[in-house]
Amino acid sequence: MATARALYQELILDHNRKPRNFGVLADANRKAEGHNPVCGDHISLSLHIDNGRIENIAFQGQSCAICKASASLMTGNVKGKTVDEAETLIREFRDMATGKLDTRIQQHHLGRLSVFAGVSELPSRVKCAILPWHTLHAAFESVESATTEK
Amino acid sequence: MIQRSIKNEPYRPDMLDVARLRADFPVLGRRINGKPLAYLDSAASAQMPLAAIERMRRYQMEEHANVHRGVHSLSEIATAAYEDARRKVRLFLGAREDREIVFVRGATEAINLVMHGYGRAFLGAGDEIVISALEHHSNIVPWQMLCREKGATLRVIPMNDAGELLLDEYEKLFNARTKFVALAHVSNALGTVNPIADMIRTAHRHGVPILIDGAQAAPHLQVDVQELDCDFYAFSGHKVYGPTGIGALYGKAALLEKMQPYQGGGDMILNVSFEHTDYNEIPFKFEAGTPAIAAAIGLGAALDYVTAVGLPRIAAHEHQLLSYATELLTAIPEVRLIGTARAKAGVISFEVGDVHPHDVGTLLNDEGIAIRAGHHCAQPVMQCYGVAATARASFGLYNTLAEVDALAAGIHKVKKVFG
Repeated sequence: MATARALYQELILDHNRKPRNFGVLADANRKAEGHNPVCGDHISLSLHIDNGRIENIAFQGQSCAICKASASLMTGNVKGKTVDEAETLIREFRDMATGKLDTRIQQHHLGRLSVFAGVSELPSRVKCAILPWHTLHAAFESVESATTEK
Repeated sequence: MIQRSIKNEPYRPDMLDVARLRADFPVLGRRINGKPLAYLDSAASAQMPLAAIERMRRYQMEEHANVHRGVHSLSEIATAAYEDARRKVRLFLGAREDREIVFVRGATEAINLVMHGYGRAFLGAGDEIVISALEHHSNIVPWQMLCREKGATLRVIPMNDAGELLLDEYEKLFNARTKFVALAHVSNALGTVNPIADMIRTAHRHGVPILIDGAQAAPHLQVDVQELDCDFYAFSGHKVYGPTGIGALYGKAALLEKMQPYQGGGDMILNVSFEHTDYNEIPFKFEAGTPAIAAAIGLGAALDYVTAVGLPRIAAHEHQLLSYATELLTAIPEVRLIGTARAKAGVISFEVGDVHPHDVGTLLNDEGIAIRAGHHCAQPVMQCYGVAATARASFGLYNTLAEVDALAAGIHKVKKVFG
């Protein structure tokens, strides 16, 4: 039986305790806010994008461990990638979290991010994991605000 | 130390026989994630006893027809059952007359009904509405909508760190422009029991009508609306062991009579032409369309059940659970209780270190423990405490001290995971 305990692995707990890329970029040229009104999660992203490549990215906000670890791992993963590559990750992460992508048998580029696969078993927490990725997409689209409620 | 094992205690008439009562709630027998369910979320929605489930089933099997309409026997039977449920609600609240009870979907709709029927008719620009810092969104947002429409102002009774309203400040809010007070009887987020008898007297001393949101009080406290002398009292069926989709608004007959209808349609009319409509008498004026008949009848049966068990005994039992939970959780250094009012009912809100309440809730769910995690539809309360959310355990008549032990053990596991 899948339980939540399986999701709270060391990688996620570690990124929750010590989030990477936490803060605000002084030279940001894209920003976006993400809200999950259901649980009050809130994160803000700041990015520096140059020539279609994410040169730098940081996040901050108040959120649960799942959301914070997802944001932390996300920033580490997309830094240095092109916007197109990041969009692929956004799509794959969303599909994994909603159970449409089985990382054990299907091809993907998620790497360590597949640690979040278990969230698909916890419907009430899927949005927590996805929020940073929604927000990243919003930043690319230059939409100032993202929400899990759409 | 509070005496522990409910299971082995001899039956005492002044105490609940919880083991026997639990058998009345079939869902309590199920397992969640391989563990026995510990349902500590009755403040969100209480479980329904078999008596109410069976009553609704019998209605659908043998008695269903539309009410207040047909001349045929089945319609008369359904109407009698529906109106009998109204009588049960009237007796439950201690109201004078059946026609002072309006069936609604729940406390939210009851408050919206008063906002539309009373507020829009009798409040205007510059008027003031008093609410409290403890309100659920359902007793904030309708009044904000009214303020926006009418150019009225919302005034808020502040509270102290324990989550108790400041009565001196309440008194000071009244002035010639104060036209309405809307106040929770019991806070859903903190469990604070407000001294509403005094607060109703204060409002009336200033000639201001007052609505009491009793959604969290009805399952725990004996309410007598005549003795309280409140003008309106709202509650939801599913929080008092009834079904969802039904609740009731009590309103003094004289006020209900001068109010505008909330919705237009069938059942709320006497005569309709294209030029004019004569509205039906109260309470039917406020019950447009076919009501939730089965749910109303189920609510009546649930109230019978609660009355038979006895609200004073239920309250005493829940008080014991709350004291025990407060003692166990206070003993865990990382736990911070949110809301420590002297008078509390059925609710314990808390944080575990800096672990987000949703993570607490998810990990407790692994242990079969159902709690609420979030802002409890009371974001202003959360802001008072500088938190986005809390974890909340709430108690019903069927909860046991063993379930409180399971909660404390679960919190220790959460601590371990987050090390």
